[in-house]
Amino acid sequence: MSLLKVRNLGVQFQTNDGIVSAVNGVNFELERGQTLGIVGESGSGKSQTVLALMGLLAKNGQTNGEALYKGQNLLSMSAKELNGIRGDRLSMIFQDPMTSLNPYLTVERQMTEVLELHKGMTRREAKKRAIELLEAVRIPEAARRIDMYPHEFSGGMRQRVMIAMALLCEPEVLIADEPTTALDVTVQAQILQLLKDLQRDFGTAIVMITHDLGVVAGLCEKVLVMYGGRVMEQGDADSLFYRASHPYTIGLLGALPRLDHDGSELVSIPGNPPNMAQPPKGCPFAERCSHVSNRCATELPPLMPAEHDGRVLRACHKSAHELIDIREVAHA
Amino acid sequence: MWSYTFRRVLMTIPTLLLVVTVCYLMLHATPGGPFDGERKLSAAVLANLQAKYHLDLPLWQQYLYYLKSLLEGDLGASFRYADWSVNDLVAKALPVSLAIGGGSLLISVVIGVGLGILSALRQNSLVDYLVMLIGNIGSAFPSFVIGPVLIMVFAIWFKWLPAGGWDDFKFAYMVLPMALLTFINISTIGRVMRGSLIEVLNSNFIRTARAKGLGLSTIVFRHALKPALMPVVSVIGPLAISSITAAVVTESVFSLPGIGKLIVNGASNRDYTLVLGLVVLVTVVAVLLNLLVDLAYALLDPKIRY
Repeated sequence: MSLLKVRNLGVQFQTNDGIVSAVNGVNFELERGQTLGIVGESGSGKSQTVLALMGLLAKNGQTNGEALYKGQNLLSMSAKELNGIRGDRLSMIFQDPMTSLNPYLTVERQMTEVLELHKGMTRREAKKRAIELLEAVRIPEAARRIDMYPHEFSGGMRQRVMIAMALLCEPEVLIADEPTTALDVTVQAQILQLLKDLQRDFGTAIVMITHDLGVVAGLCEKVLVMYGGRVMEQGDADSLFYRASHPYTIGLLGALPRLDHDGSELVSIPGNPPNMAQPPKGCPFAERCSHVSNRCATELPPLMPAEHDGRVLRACHKSAHELIDIREVAHA
Repeated sequence: MWSYTFRRVLMTIPTLLLVVTVCYLMLHATPGGPFDGERKLSAAVLANLQAKYHLDLPLWQQYLYYLKSLLEGDLGASFRYADWSVNDLVAKALPVSLAIGGGSLLISVVIGVGLGILSALRQNSLVDYLVMLIGNIGSAFPSFVIGPVLIMVFAIWFKWLPAGGWDDFKFAYMVLPMALLTFINISTIGRVMRGSLIEVLNSNFIRTARAKGLGLSTIVFRHALKPALMPVVSVIGPLAISSITAAVVTESVFSLPGIGKLIVNGASNRDYTLVLGLVVLVTVVAVLLNLLVDLAYALLDPKIRY
């Protein structure tokens, strides 16, 4: 049985403009110790996908499909059952370390409460364990600093505290929602290395949400590329990056600023993401796609195994060979 | 924390001095004097009276005399109530106002915060509508309307309670005035608590708390209550002060022998020392309340403890 198996996951929000469908038909599986990267720009539905797994959607959110953790559906659980799993077997690191810690409670209180709740530890035992974890994420003078409040830590330190907090119960699945976005580049590298080390030590499976393709390349075995609430391309990281076969993935890779090329102009994908309250009938990326054909605007391409590589799923009407050829010609 | 407290206490001194000075000057600038009556006093009697109360001296000397006795804790003698010092009058009236005002504030903090929490957790439920209704009525109707309505219903129609008056802290006489003040205070506290808790519950750190698997009561009482109380604490200060000024109205409506009644009498009798003494007293209370609010902030918010 897979550790985590998501089947046909959908997320909808009831808003004043009607029902907004933020995520549609997402499928993936995660085994122990694996890392899955979910990539996409803002509003592509990547955060909502994992928030749905954690039961943390906004009040007006609904889900459909299944998210099976060891065969139990997280989406249909009662709040009480879910509370037994989240924070313990399934934990999450949030994007913004500046606001994701409670400014009114000491780090000690925020960490020990997790162990008291899930492991039945006394406050003293829990504190000892929390200090160990803070040391594991390399917080200097952890024993002294644990009694401080979040505002007494820097941004990078706070994100380390968040990570330590998420790892307290040695979860089987760690969801990291853009854990390095709010941090500067040198700190980013440290945090990523830290996650890698921790994964090695604890055997945790990681779901890494990011819009930074460098992070994905460095950390993930599997990748899910999302756009407009749908999966555009999905497969193992190497195949996907070396032979990107979906116009959106190609566009994302092309938009990476590079130091080894001439010219100072930044490349971007022209246009804006679709309005999710009135999703287009065809492919959500059609409007911005440089390979668009008539069929794309009217017919939604299904997610199917790619003809060039069986380990990759792609949703595009255009043949993979054609796109790969074009790309290789452009690069040559 | 202690150095913070000490600094905040020191900062109250110039405030108090300024208020006393301004009040003193304003009272002297108003036309007429305490001994202007319908019956003209003879010049000799007037001169004696003025000499007795130092009114014949230049203003700055009078002012210094006043400050000196103020420092000794003496608010002076009443010009109008013979044989009564202002201290005596205040000592008699203050417990009445404190019991009514302080008691109702305490009750309304407990009920208001409780109702606010309930309505924030169950938005659009009956409790929620009740809190909003109380909030709207309490802010829309002035106390001199709600007060007489309470009297009409509970004293005249049902005859459950006395319509007013005071009998040595007898409970029956305290119910209606306290109910009035409590109602008005709850309308503010409940509304503020509801709004701030809803906002706090939507914040990122509450999402983190939920992600940890914590139950609702832990989330509300450990994680959300402190930050949600901050705006409540900041309205409690002004509410307490307005309870004192509202006492001018409530104590007239229910004819209670409290500070509010004393202020009204003192002002209409041009009883300089009485009015001034009361203003000084109210100022001291207001400054102290602000100090308490600041200290409560520091207790709640670790970022302020420097």
